[in-house]
Amino acid sequence: MTWIQDHLGLIGSLAVRHAVLAGIPLLLGLVVSLPLGWLAHRYRRLAPVALAGTGLLYTIPSLALFILMPLLLGTKILNPINVVAAMTIYTIALLVRTVVDGLDSVPKDVDAAALAMGLTGLRRLLGVQLPLAIPVIAAGLRVAAVSNVSIVSVASIIGVSQLGDLLVDGYNRDIPGALWAGIIGCLALALLFDIVIQVVARLLTPWRASTKPAAAGAPA
Amino acid sequence: MIRFDAVTKTYPGGTTAVDGLTLEAPTGQITVLVGPSGCGKTTSLRMVNRMIEPTSGTISIDGRDTASMDPATLRRGIGYVIQHGGLFPHHTIERNIATVPLLLGTDKSTAYARARELLERVGLPQSLAKRYPAQLSGGQQQRVGVARALAADPPVMLMDEPFSAVDPVVRTQLQAEFLRLQRDLGKTILFVTHDIDEAITLGDQVAVLRVGGHLAQMASPSELLAHPADDFVADFVGRDRGYRALSFVDGVLPALAEPTVAVGDSAELARERAIDGWVLVTDDERPLGWYAVGSPGDQVTAERLALGGTLARQGGTLRAALDSALSAPSGRGVVVTDEGKLAGTLTAAAVIEVIEQQRTGRDRAPAVQDDPSAEPRIQHSPGGESP
Amino acid sequence: MITSIWAWLRDPAHWSGADGIPTRLAEHLGYTAIVMVLAAAIALPLGLYVGHSGRARWLITAANAARAVPTLGLLFALSLWLGPKLSGDLAFSAPSIIVLVLLAIPPLLAGAYAGVEAVDPAARDAAKGMGMQPAQVLRSVELPVALPLLLSGVRAALLQVIATATIAAYVGLGGLGRYLIDGLATGDYAATAGGALLVAGLALAADLLLAALTRAVVSPGLTGKYRGADGVDIPGRTDVAFER
Repeated sequence: MTWIQDHLGLIGSLAVRHAVLAGIPLLLGLVVSLPLGWLAHRYRRLAPVALAGTGLLYTIPSLALFILMPLLLGTKILNPINVVAAMTIYTIALLVRTVVDGLDSVPKDVDAAALAMGLTGLRRLLGVQLPLAIPVIAAGLRVAAVSNVSIVSVASIIGVSQLGDLLVDGYNRDIPGALWAGIIGCLALALLFDIVIQVVARLLTPWRASTKPAAAGAPA
Repeated sequence: MIRFDAVTKTYPGGTTAVDGLTLEAPTGQITVLVGPSGCGKTTSLRMVNRMIEPTSGTISIDGRDTASMDPATLRRGIGYVIQHGGLFPHHTIERNIATVPLLLGTDKSTAYARARELLERVGLPQSLAKRYPAQLSGGQQQRVGVARALAADPPVMLMDEPFSAVDPVVRTQLQAEFLRLQRDLGKTILFVTHDIDEAITLGDQVAVLRVGGHLAQMASPSELLAHPADDFVADFVGRDRGYRALSFVDGVLPALAEPTVAVGDSAELARERAIDGWVLVTDDERPLGWYAVGSPGDQVTAERLALGGTLARQGGTLRAALDSALSAPSGRGVVVTDEGKLAGTLTAAAVIEVIEQQRTGRDRAPAVQDDPSAEPRIQHSPGGESP
Repeated sequence: MITSIWAWLRDPAHWSGADGIPTRLAEHLGYTAIVMVLAAAIALPLGLYVGHSGRARWLITAANAARAVPTLGLLFALSLWLGPKLSGDLAFSAPSIIVLVLLAIPPLLAGAYAGVEAVDPAARDAAKGMGMQPAQVLRSVELPVALPLLLSGVRAALLQVIATATIAAYVGLGGLGRYLIDGLATGDYAATAGGALLVAGLALAADLLLAALTRAVVSPGLTGKYRGADGVDIPGRTDVAFER
């Protein structure tokens, strides 16, 4: 424990880097997944293609993807962009399905009522469909967030530093304190992401205030 | 015969679902258990095939105590139909129907051939045999559920709200077909429903249960409507039980002979035979429609027939007979035999007279009680057949 | 860059010997197979039991929550703690195998549980009511109906094991991960990227193989290929979440 007390500054700065490397892809992934998921929801024939395509991307192991990113992006191996890009790909792979599920979860009669009242296209999507899909999308986002926080730590192996450095150092130099700091830091960060997403989702869906948080697909 | 003898079911929590139930479901007949939710009707049904074990009392089938039999063997000998069909989603329709025969060791080709036969029996085309349950409508799935229960030709069937999950139109159709099937098969059926109309339509006898698992009354449908045993039964059967009583007719409708003409006959002949300006046109004794005297042309043609007016079956309900009389342009309702041939006609006044007679003279046991296959039963005409 | 990777992959020297691609691939497949068998032997019966009985659901919740632990941390912690207690090759492989098994359990458990839980209670009731013995109900109704979700759990576990076995090269495990870790250590990007391509290829192949297997063994009545009377299913797998 003294190791942790002596290195709070280091742990803090690594945690911030970790949060950025895991968080930015979450936002980027969401931005890309929303239109993709909407297309797959709107044009059913696209759904299997979009889902199978993103599903295949998700099968590539993280270490391999980190290493292969420079080939695709032309970056140097130590560039954190590689990690952000790889994590964004994973996030998209998880979220496209979630967005489709979320839009599918909008009650048919509500959607029909919106259509009948003359709401079309973008206004129906932004005004009715998307808000009602938020609980399901938020549940998917929570899964992606927890997964991202864990995967990002692997980037230490290719030399992109974040909390994973504590794990690697702790192992290489046999410092249990560092190892514990890394594990607890990752858990705390995952918990923080989870709480933030739940709070934001709650704020965006005030009509659900009295009901239980969505459990579908969420990490318990 | 299924016999309940002082059967009680008490759950560990102390709730009594069924309390000292004694009743007999006679061989070859439909016995309906009806009552509000919590009356123990489903529990009673499920104790017969030992899906639930009674706390005390005995249940016997044809004199054999079910407690002495191996549960799986017992169940294989009893047809079982449940509310949502309970079809196996991963099996084709024919495989679903063949379940029990295959369990009993029947070889596959025999079992499948029998399954296809049963599909037709329950009113489904054989082409559905290779499909999966998800490809069928709710009504079709229920029919498959019935076919599956019939597959091993069990003498006894248990049916737990089998038609509750489908829409009213389909339900009426399924009920009618189920009765037609039962007339051929003569199974001993225990049938659970919460719907008193369904109980009255289907039951040879109806057992009304009250909350807490007490038997309130066991009687034939018409007896139940005419003489409810107590306020609970009267209330459950409902205020409109007089109207419900129209579901029964003692004996045969008093149809009068009706002169007919055929398509192609002269307008002159039609005028001679007409009563009050209308004559019935038939083809090989089957009613086609009404011809109005004074229609243009000198021949009776198919285009000139006034369609509309439902047909009443000879042994059908008073409700159907009244409907037929009121909807016919001539004011004379057309009554047909079960084969669809003309039996005669009757007026609304005549139907009401029958209703009056039944009301006053309803002390004897209704004719439907003894042998359902000999006595004409209620026949719904889905959608209303037009002559 | 790409040419040097290609050259590395084509170099006959890399296709033979103890550090050759066939050997490493065999090692990787071997670890994966051992881990999957061990994990399945633990998780599948447990998941089926929880789904069938509805008891001990906290197991599923706990397994899901445990996924938040970073795999790298788990791997290092167990190696550090267990490694010195063992000798020889076992010191390197045993901790890794144990971690891989631990990682494979949650998705397998969740898949088996969700699959059995998804069985229509009416179908289960009908099966029993028609006189099937409990074992027959499990074998001919619950298991086949649970198969799509169960296999989706197997897929998740399999991909996770292949991915994490790669990382486990860092703590001394053999397999394709050796090229990545050793390449990174010596700054040999061609070997590193070549190994990464092999690992990616292995994962894709495993995924496609399992998809084909799923298609072969899952009844068409369950795949959502057909539209139900109401409700439209998206064709394809229902996924159990997992990590790389």
